[in-house]
Amino acid sequence: MKLIRNRKTVVAVVVLLFFVAPFLPSWLLFLLTIAFAKGLVVLGVVLLLRADLVSFGQGLYYASGAYAVGIALRAGLPVYDALALVVLGVAATTVVAAILGLFIARYRGIFFGMLSTAFSMILYSLLVKLRWLSGGTDGIPVHATTFVGLEISADTVRLIQYYFVLGLATVAVVTTYRVTHSPLGYLMQAIRENEIRVEYMGASVRRAIYRNYVLAGALGGLGGALTAVTVGHISPDMSYWTVSGEFVFVALFGGIGSVFAPLFASVVFEFVRSYAIKISPYTWQMLLGGVLLVIVLVAPGGLWSLVERLRGAMTRRAPQTSKHVDIRAVTAEHS
Amino acid sequence: MTPVLETRDVTRQFGAVKAADHVNVRVQEGQIVGIVGPNGSGKTTFVNIVTGHVKPALGQVLYRGRDVTGLSPPELTKLGIARSFQIPQLYVGLTLLENMLVALSIQSGDHWRFWQPLKTPARINEALRLLDQFGFRDNVDQKVSVLPEGGRKLLDVALSFALGPNLLLLDEPTSGVSAHEKFGVMDALVSVFRDSRITTVFVEHDMDIVARYAERVIVFADGSVLAEGPPDTVFRQAEVIRHVLGEGS
Repeated sequence: MKLIRNRKTVVAVVVLLFFVAPFLPSWLLFLLTIAFAKGLVVLGVVLLLRADLVSFGQGLYYASGAYAVGIALRAGLPVYDALALVVLGVAATTVVAAILGLFIARYRGIFFGMLSTAFSMILYSLLVKLRWLSGGTDGIPVHATTFVGLEISADTVRLIQYYFVLGLATVAVVTTYRVTHSPLGYLMQAIRENEIRVEYMGASVRRAIYRNYVLAGALGGLGGALTAVTVGHISPDMSYWTVSGEFVFVALFGGIGSVFAPLFASVVFEFVRSYAIKISPYTWQMLLGGVLLVIVLVAPGGLWSLVERLRGAMTRRAPQTSKHVDIRAVTAEHS
Repeated sequence: MTPVLETRDVTRQFGAVKAADHVNVRVQEGQIVGIVGPNGSGKTTFVNIVTGHVKPALGQVLYRGRDVTGLSPPELTKLGIARSFQIPQLYVGLTLLENMLVALSIQSGDHWRFWQPLKTPARINEALRLLDQFGFRDNVDQKVSVLPEGGRKLLDVALSFALGPNLLLLDEPTSGVSAHEKFGVMDALVSVFRDSRITTVFVEHDMDIVARYAERVIVFADGSVLAEGPPDTVFRQAEVIRHVLGEGS
């Protein structure tokens, strides 16, 4: 029952996003496109947060996905379709995550956080120094000439890119939704609640975290590759620690109760940032900080908790709904 | 017959305290064994060593004749050794049902699956059946955090039982359970374990409980085994009376 209602909501939102697009101005399409791409990186951060792991280095995978695409094009790989490039980016990132995960999955808390930052900063300096490979601080221009076979022109480019990212983001979110509701997904919550018990049930905590870490990395790579083919230019900054910090920030901003929260939060965040820059070009960070402060004070559970409160209020208004049922609905939603 | 559990000269020291001092214990298949002893006599250390939480400095732990000394908790759990805890170890942010579902998914080896849902009808039915066996019927969709202490103890045991162990070690299953419920809880537990022919070792402070439910008693004092045998014989020994039941009794 709950699943079906969720499914309906998701389909409705995706359909709305699909049909409303041709009527949106191109700046807004671009903003949404970037927000969705970055939202996928945030989704990876949220997956880790659900197991109580804070990665301050998800920029590593964001940059890996983008640079796998960029370096392949720079090396003259005769691939021009965005989909193929994104698949390449995700595959390369998954390999990186599968290797680094072997080290990182042993650690928790501050050590996990610092180690992930360290790895991302190593990549950052490599990207800056290895000019022959990465183009140094100039970065690499990325030109995808077709999107899933569709030729782009100056008029259609933003719309096609938007649909491309919307499609892949939907696949990624639905996949992640399934994973979080699978035995492995619940195992991550169990690890957050009580690692000792997980070990005494016969499951290896490290192996569980490893798998989750690789998935989070792949999502980061997807976000990075999508950013590369839509923005058209990549630079080492993608792996800089402030970028990773922003992902964590947006994750907390949205809340970790749902797989939809990161994308929603990412869109709101990009809006707030754009308007803050427009309103006060020199002190926009202050404005941004103020808005975020208000959100944190009003909704400590993140933006998504407001959505759930709204939904809760609507259920309460319905007749013969006891408080008990309400609690059940909310706890089920968090799972 | 090979004992299910055997320890040979198991020794472990914490600073100046000998928590386990050449402990030799044998537990036969299907037995229900009670471990008693004053505070700090090494009862919990014994459980911790057998379940891999603490490694012995010396000696061996044998499970069905196989040397399992130094294996990790997940490895021992997979071999069929499960335990419950003195302080219940649960997933308090999840519901009772979800706690049980996680246990069942691990027990069946499905916990690596990421494409099927945890909450399949078959697994839910199995979880409800197990919860029902331990008296959890109406509140299975509530978070564990609302359970009283006694309920948490019981759920902790239920989760260990769900793993389908051959050997179950219970660390003070009735501490935190109110005095008038203790016998009811133990009646329920022991009948479940007898029916499933699980070899059970339980640590207990309450002598009445041990006398009533244990087939054999092992008395610990200062990290070593002071006496063992059937409850009525053991509790008559002078040394045991002095150590465990108190000087005046």
